[in-house]
Amino acid sequence: MNKGDELQNSTNTDSAKAKAKQNSKVVKKLMLIVFGMFGFGFALVPLYDVFCDITGLNGKTSTNAAVYNVEQIDTKRIVTVQFISRTAQGIPWTFEPMVREIKVHPGEMKLVKFYAKNESTRDIIGQAVPSVSPGLAAAYFQKIECFCFTQQPLKANEEVEMALQFYVDPELPENISTLTLSYTLYDVTGKVKS
Amino acid sequence: MTTDVIEQDSHDEHHGDHKLKGIKRWLYTTNHKDIGTLYLWFAFIMLLIGGALAMVIRAELFQPGLQIVDPDFFNQLTTVHGLIMVFGAIMPAFTGFANWMIPMMVGAPDMALPRMNNWSFWILPFAFAILLSTFFMESGAPNFGWTFYAPLSTTYSNGSTAFFVFAVHIMGISSIMGAINIVVTIMNMRAPGMTYMKMPLFVWTFFITAYLLIAVMPILAGVVTMLLTDTYFGTSFFDAAGGGDPVLFQHIFWFFGHPEVYIMILPAFGIVSTIIPAFARKQLFGYSSMVYATASIAILSFIVWAHHMFTTGMPLFGELFFMYCTMLIAVPTGVKVFNWVATMWRGSMSFETPMLFSIAFVILFTIGGFSGLMLALTPVDFQYHDTYFVVAHFHYVLVTGSLFSIYAGAYFWLPKWTGHMYNETLAKWHFWCSLISVNLLFFPMHFLGLAGMPRRIPDYALQFADFNKWVSIGGFAFGLTQLIFLAVVIKCIRGGEKAPAKPWDGAEGLEWTVPSPAPYHTFSTPPKIED
Repeated sequence: MNKGDELQNSTNTDSAKAKAKQNSKVVKKLMLIVFGMFGFGFALVPLYDVFCDITGLNGKTSTNAAVYNVEQIDTKRIVTVQFISRTAQGIPWTFEPMVREIKVHPGEMKLVKFYAKNESTRDIIGQAVPSVSPGLAAAYFQKIECFCFTQQPLKANEEVEMALQFYVDPELPENISTLTLSYTLYDVTGKVKS
Repeated sequence: MTTDVIEQDSHDEHHGDHKLKGIKRWLYTTNHKDIGTLYLWFAFIMLLIGGALAMVIRAELFQPGLQIVDPDFFNQLTTVHGLIMVFGAIMPAFTGFANWMIPMMVGAPDMALPRMNNWSFWILPFAFAILLSTFFMESGAPNFGWTFYAPLSTTYSNGSTAFFVFAVHIMGISSIMGAINIVVTIMNMRAPGMTYMKMPLFVWTFFITAYLLIAVMPILAGVVTMLLTDTYFGTSFFDAAGGGDPVLFQHIFWFFGHPEVYIMILPAFGIVSTIIPAFARKQLFGYSSMVYATASIAILSFIVWAHHMFTTGMPLFGELFFMYCTMLIAVPTGVKVFNWVATMWRGSMSFETPMLFSIAFVILFTIGGFSGLMLALTPVDFQYHDTYFVVAHFHYVLVTGSLFSIYAGAYFWLPKWTGHMYNETLAKWHFWCSLISVNLLFFPMHFLGLAGMPRRIPDYALQFADFNKWVSIGGFAFGLTQLIFLAVVIKCIRGGEKAPAKPWDGAEGLEWTVPSPAPYHTFSTPPKIED
C-alpha cells in the first residue's frame, strides 16, 4: 500500500461515502434525462402527426370519411383536380384513374373511379395511400367515400373499379386553383396475414 | 493556479502502482489514464480501418467507369466508412482525451465512476466487431448510407439492418455512459476552489458536449429501434403503406444528427483553445465569451435540424426558419474564431507541431464553416444538396477540424502521457504532408459539387475526371501520411528525450504540475486552487 492510498483511505470512510452518494444523485438525474429523451424520440411520432394535422404540411388527407354539409356551392370558382396513381415496388397490379382530370366548383360533390387489376397469379391485398399537393390544400380535400379507407383484396387476375366520392371545401384558399391527388398502392398482404 | 502537490504525488511512482500484468491490466482497469489510452488507441485503429475503406472508394473514383468494386459494395464502403469515422474514430478519440485530461485538469484522482468507465470502453470493440463482421456475411454490410434513411434501411435493406441497429445501440450505450461519467466528474470532483468559471475551457467544452450526448444519443437509440421494428416486426413508423411517414425518419434522425455534429466539434474547440494560448504565450482571449459561445452553439443545435432536409418539400416558412437559425450559429462560431486570432495577436508565438495543427485548424475549420453557411442558404442548397460540395464541407469540418485538433492535442500531451518528447522533425513532416494532401483531397471537391457531381455514386460523368484524379491522389497521400503519426507515437513511447513536467513554457493548467509521464495515480489529495 502506498502513501497516496493511505491518505485516500483515511478520508475514504466518511467523505468518500458522501461523495459516492453525491455522485449517484447526479447519475440518477442524468439517467432520468436519458430515459426521458428516449421516450421523447418515440413521442415525436404522434407529435409529428398532430403537427402535420394542424398545419396540413405533409399533404396527408383525413383517413376518415367526411360528412357532406356544404350549404352553398361556389359556382364562380373552378378548381381543377388531377389524379395520379403509382404502384409501390413489388405489387403486380395495374392501377390507374379512369379520369385524369376533373373541373369542379368548390362545394360540389363528385364521383370518380379508379381501375385496378391484379395481374399476377396469386391473391394480393392492396392498400392505397393518398397524398395531396400542394400540401396545404389537403385539409380542404374532403372524401365522403374512398377506396383508400379500406384494404382492397384482389384474387389472381381479378379486376375492380373503385370509387372515390369527394368535394373541395369552399374555404379553399383563393390562390389554389389546381389540386393533385396522388395515390400510391402498396402490397400489404404480408402485414395483414401476420 | 499553481500547486505544491508534485512531491507528494511522485511517491506513488516509487512505491509501485499495483497494476495487473499483461492483458488483465487493460481488461480490468478502472484507471482513467489506462482507459484514456485504450480509447485513443481504439480510435486510431478505427481511423486506419475507416481510412482503408476510403482508400478503396478513392481508388474506384480515380477514373470514370466501374473498375474495382461493384456499386452495391461501393455503397457498403461509403456507409461503413462514415459510421466508423463518426462513431469509431472521432467520438472515442475525444472520450479518450476526456478520460486522460479531465481528472488531471480539475485536480481529481480519477473519473467519478471508474467501473462504469471500464464498461463503457470495453463494449465498444464488440459494437464495431458486429458492424465490421457484416462485411463477411452473405448479405453484405449496411449499404444505406451512414444516415440510414428509411425506407433504404427498412424495405430495401440487404439484411444487415439488425446487425447495424445492435451495433449502434451498443455504441450509444457506451457514449451515454462515458458522457454521464464526464458530467459527474466535472460536477463533483473539482478541486476545492475551482469554480465553474475557473475551469479550463477544455473541461467546459467536454462538459457541454457530454450534456449534448446525454440528450441526443437516446434519440438515436429510439430511431434505430423504430427501424428495427419496422424491418422485422411489422410496425409502420416510417412505412407509408401502414400509415407511417418516411419523412418522419429524417426529422427524428436529424434531431439527433445535428447536435451530433457539434458533439464532434465542440471538444475540438476546447483542445485548440488550450493549445493556442500555450504557444502564443498569452492568456486565452475572451474566456467567458468562449464559454457562452460554446453553450449557445449547443442550444442552437437543437433547432436547426431541418436544414438537412430543405429539399423534402418543406413549406416556405419552415425553410426560412431553419435557414435563419442555422445562420445564427455563425455568430458564436465567429466569436470563437475571433478569440483564437486575438489570442495569437501580438503573442510571442512559436510553431511546434501542436501549434501548427491548431493554426491549420483555425483556418481550415473556418473554410468548412463558410461552406456550411453557403449550404444553409435554402435557395442555393437545392443545387448543393447531395453533391460533392456537401462532402467537401463536412470533411473540412471533420478532418481538418476535428481530426486536426485531435492530432494537435495528441502532440501537445504526448510528453505528459509517455514521459518522452516526440520527434519534432518527424512530427513536422506529418503536419506538412497532411496539410498539403488534405487540401488536395478535399478542396477540389467543392468545385466537383458545384459542377453537379452527386455523392455516394461509384461512377461519374467524364468532365469530372481530372478533378477526381487529383482528389484520389490527395486521398492516397493523406492516408499514407497518417502512418507517420503512428511512427512518431511508437517512437515516443519507446524513448526519446526525457520530458520535463512542463515541456511547453507557455502551457497552463494542473496537468503540468505533475511529473511526466503522469504517475499512475495523480491528485490523490486534491490540489489547492489559488485565486
